[in-house]
Amino acid sequence: MPSNTVTQLNYTASTRKSRFVLSRLHSLAGLLPLGIFMVEHLLSNALAIFGAERYNEHIAMLQAIPFLPLFEITLIAIPLLFHAIYGIYLSFISKPNANVYKYQRNIYFMLQRVTGIITLIFVIYHVWSFRLGPLLSGTEVSHSLVSEHLANPFIFVFYITGVISAIFHFSNGITTGLITWGITAGPASQRVARKICTGVFVILAGMAVVSLFSFL
Amino acid sequence: MTATTVDKLVQLKVRRKDSTTGESYWEEFSVPFRTNMNVISALMEIQKNPVNAKGEKVRSVAWEYNCLEEVCGACSMRINGKVRQACSTLVDRLEQPITLEPMDTFPVEKDLVVDRSRMFNALQKIKGWVPIDGTYGLGSGPLISADHQQEAYKYSTCMTCGCCLEACPNVNSGSPFIGPQAMGQVKYFNMHPTGSLQKNERLEVVIGEEGIANCGSSQNCVQVCPKGIPLTTAIAELNRDGNRYALWSWLKK
Ligand code: SF4
Ligand code: SF4
Ligand code: FES
Repeated sequence: MPSNTVTQLNYTASTRKSRFVLSRLHSLAGLLPLGIFMVEHLLSNALAIFGAERYNEHIAMLQAIPFLPLFEITLIAIPLLFHAIYGIYLSFISKPNANVYKYQRNIYFMLQRVTGIITLIFVIYHVWSFRLGPLLSGTEVSHSLVSEHLANPFIFVFYITGVISAIFHFSNGITTGLITWGITAGPASQRVARKICTGVFVILAGMAVVSLFSFL
Repeated sequence: MTATTVDKLVQLKVRRKDSTTGESYWEEFSVPFRTNMNVISALMEIQKNPVNAKGEKVRSVAWEYNCLEEVCGACSMRINGKVRQACSTLVDRLEQPITLEPMDTFPVEKDLVVDRSRMFNALQKIKGWVPIDGTYGLGSGPLISADHQQEAYKYSTCMTCGCCLEACPNVNSGSPFIGPQAMGQVKYFNMHPTGSLQKNERLEVVIGEEGIANCGSSQNCVQVCPKGIPLTTAIAELNRDGNRYALWSWLKK
């Protein structure tokens, strides 16, 4: 944790823009490939609500996508790793103070960091148990494999926490992303954006929780 | 002074430091209450009679002030944990003991006095001025509409008090961030028709190492600014300008 004292600014002309470019890529990676993929993934899982057969059919369809590993690596794994590593760096250089300044945005600022870390731990575990693990051992991923997994109450609670963290991180990330991209400039438009994102959170989280319960 | 307030005392707890290198320590004081007393008048009571709560005579508490009407920015300190102006903080609205701490985002000089020069350096860095006549006259500047003036006026009231930097979670020793005050001033000077002659040089700072990429949208700055400067609006607008500038200047390379 950094101490709160700053050193004098130095006068050299700022020519290093890497931090700026990385911060924009961080936002972009979170919104586009990762955000879109997460929504798609949640929708796919929601098919479990309509029964095991419908769910298994969909998995088979997804696995039939040509060059699937290529897309998984370039559109999901690389953006994810970058987003996670840069995000962890960002949490290390900030000094959350929501205990003193209890403003809603400041609390969300802290939660964005907390949910980011929870999501990362969850995603690593999740990818291992349903993608890499089965890939290495040759197990088929199906409704029954997921059900067996979620039958363990600890894992179930871990899943609920992980999924809700990821959805919070995404919805709150849209509101801050709109600021990073200079779209919602004033307080009124930022308020509207926050309301819409709260709606997105409620809908996605509700859907995800119902999907998880349908596996039991 | 009414008879009922004569006997009332104000309890103060001050985080003190004897020199830039000294250790900080807490010291308690109690001073007589007066109606409409603010934190500065309470500190003046200590100055008149520098005796701590244990009855020991001590060095008087050091702090800074000038205007006493929230326009100079000198008297910022953390009062009951939150940063604000001592001159506009009324004692009877505070929970006691009132804790007074320096804004230690800045180097602490002595007691409540801090060195705010990083903000003045930041103003030099962002070219916080409008270029006027040099070796030859530049002529009269363009007219500014009333709307434009109104918008600019808010940013012009910045008193370099440092509250926004103190409350910003991303201004600290681990982060290179120049801080929200400088961002507000970039917006201010860039929106001035003559000031905008140096627009790109200011945007270089915005997209640089110490710039806007360090902001994490916690929006504390806009909440604590005593002048109510719309800092987060400036930040969002500079995000847009900075993104465009960075992209176009790269594409033109
Ligand atoms: S919005 Fe940005 S500049 Fe303002 S307090 Fe938060 S991190 Fe700091
Ligand atoms: S922007 Fe507001 S809080 Fe920050 S230095 Fe200026 S007046 Fe103070
Ligand atoms: S003394 Fe000037 S702002 Fe408080």
